Amino acid sequence: MNHLEITGLVKRFGGLLATDHVDLALARGEIHAVIGPNGAGKTTLINQLSGEILPDEGRIVFDGHDLTHEPPFRRAMAGLGRSFQITSVFNDFTVLQNVALAVQAHAGHSFRFWRPASGERTLTEPARAALAQVGLLERAHTPVAVLAHGERRQLEIAMVLATGAKCLLLDEPMAGMSPTESEAVVALLRKLKGEHTILLVEHDMDAVFALADRVTVLVYGRPIASGTPEQIRNHPEVREAYLGEEAH
Amino acid sequence: MASSAAARIFAIVLLAGLALVPALAAWLDQPFWVTLFTRILIFALAAMGLNLVLGFGAMVSFGHAMYLGIGAYAVGILSYHGVDNGVVQLGVALVVGALVALGVGAICLRTSGMAFIMITLAFAQMLFFLAVSLREYGGDDGMQLKGRSLLGPLDLNNPTLLYYLAYALLLAVLFGFWRLVHARFGMVLRGCRSNERRMASMGFATFRYKLSAYVISALVCVLAGMLMANLTRFVAPSYMAWTVSGELIVMIVLGGLGTLIGPIAGATALLLVEEALSSLKLGVPWLDNLINQHWLALIGIFIVLVVLVLKQGIYGWLVAKKP
Repeated sequence: MNHLEITGLVKRFGGLLATDHVDLALARGEIHAVIGPNGAGKTTLINQLSGEILPDEGRIVFDGHDLTHEPPFRRAMAGLGRSFQITSVFNDFTVLQNVALAVQAHAGHSFRFWRPASGERTLTEPARAALAQVGLLERAHTPVAVLAHGERRQLEIAMVLATGAKCLLLDEPMAGMSPTESEAVVALLRKLKGEHTILLVEHDMDAVFALADRVTVLVYGRPIASGTPEQIRNHPEVREAYLGEEAH
Repeated sequence: MASSAAARIFAIVLLAGLALVPALAAWLDQPFWVTLFTRILIFALAAMGLNLVLGFGAMVSFGHAMYLGIGAYAVGILSYHGVDNGVVQLGVALVVGALVALGVGAICLRTSGMAFIMITLAFAQMLFFLAVSLREYGGDDGMQLKGRSLLGPLDLNNPTLLYYLAYALLLAVLFGFWRLVHARFGMVLRGCRSNERRMASMGFATFRYKLSAYVISALVCVLAGMLMANLTRFVAPSYMAWTVSGELIVMIVLGGLGTLIGPIAGATALLLVEEALSSLKLGVPWLDNLINQHWLALIGIFIVLVVLVLKQGIYGWLVAKKP
C-alpha cells in the first residue's frame, strides 16, 4: 500500500486550472520530487495535501485514510507534516520555543494552565533533538526575529520534524539558502529517507536529482512526466518544457 | 517575556502603591479616593480579562462590556428577588457568563479581523437592548440595589473591605494569568496570535483553545461586573454600552497590549487622568471651565501622545526598553 496516494486531483481558481487531474503515489520511505516552472501549481498542490485549500475533485488517501475533506490540524495529527515556501514561524518566540510548540502539538492536549511549558522536558528535549538535526542547536535561545534567512529556513524544517510527522511535504526547503546550508539539508534529507516519506518541491535541480527516488514534472498544473531521475533527465518533453529553460 | 528592570520596578511600585491606597486616603482624609480606586481596580480587572484574548490571542473583542453587564445584572436581579448570598450570586453569574461566552464565542470565532470586531459589538448591543427592555429591573434607567452581596463575615458595605476584595481578586487573576500565559495553554494562545495558519498545520485544533480563552476572559469581566454592582449599589444598561467596551480597549493599548501589567497600568492612568481633568481647579475660572467641560477631548490628546511617543503603551514601553 502506498503511504500517500492522490487520485484525480483538480483545483480551479476561476477559469484557471491550477491542478489538472494530478495522480501521485508515494511509497513508504521514498522521496518523490515535484518540479516545474514557476506557476506550475506546486504550492497549490501542497496546500491541498495539507488541507489549507480543498480540491474541487479527486481524493487524497494517507495511510489508508481518506483525508480529502479533513481540516489541516487533523491531517497534521494523522502524521502529514508540511513546511512553507515562505518561512512561517512564530516571530515572538525563541528558536527553541518555536520547535517546542511543534512538539507540543503532538504531546497530548494543551489545556494545561499552570506549569511553564519551557520547563517541560518532554517538550524541550525532542525540540532540541530536532534543532540538532538541522544544525541550529546553538541558536536555541535566540529570538526568531533576529535569525538570518538561512537559519529561518533551517528552523522551518526543524519544526516539521519536531511534529514527528511520518510524511513530510517540503515546499522548497532550500530556497534562499547558501550552498553550504543546502548541502547540509541534502545530507539531512538523505538521512530521513527511508524513515520518512517525503514530497519534495524544489528548484535546486542538483538536490532533486541527488535525492529523489522518483520525479514528477508539473507544467500548468498537469503532470507531464513521472519517473526516475534518470528517465526525467532524458525525457524529451521535459527537457523542452523545463530543463532546457534552466540550462541557459 | 523577558522584562527589563525598569518594567519590574514599575510593576512592583504600581501594585504596592495600589495596596496602600486606603491607608493613604485615611491619612490624608480623602475617603473619596477609596471609591475612585476601587473603580480603577475593577476596570483594571476587566481590562486584564479582555487583554487575554485581545493582547495574547489577537482577538479584538469589541463587546466585552456585555460581560461586565452580566456580572452586574446577576447581582442586581438576584438581589431584587431577595437572593443576597454572594456565593450564590457568584455561581449564577459565572454559569450564565460562561454559557453566554460559549455561545457568543463559538459564533464570533468563526470570523476574524474586522468581522470579529463587528460581530462581538453586535452581540454586546443585543444584550444592551435586552437590558433596556427589562422594565421590571429598571429598564433604561437601571435600578438601585437593596443591598450589597453578603459574603459571610465580609461586610462589603465597608469601603476598605470592598477595596481589598477587588485588590485580592486582581492579584489572584494576575497570578493565574502569569502562570497561564507561560503554560502550554498560553503558548498555544500566543502561537495563534503570531501565526494561526502554522498552528493548524502543526496539528493544533486552534478553535477550541481560542474559545476557551474567550470564555476565561469573559468570566474575569463577569467578576469585575459583580464588583461594580457592589461598589455603586446600582446596575444599568450603561454598564454594557459599547463605549465601555471601547474604554477597556483604550486602557489595554494605553498600558501595553499583551503584557500582564499593562491593563492595570492603563486603567489606572486613564481613570486618574479622567478624574483629574474633569475636576481640575487651577484657580483660573475660564481655563478651569474649559478643561472641565472638554476633558474628553484632552483625554483624546493624552491617548494620542502616549501611543505616538511610547508606541507599545506605558508598561509595554518599559518592557521593550533595553536594560
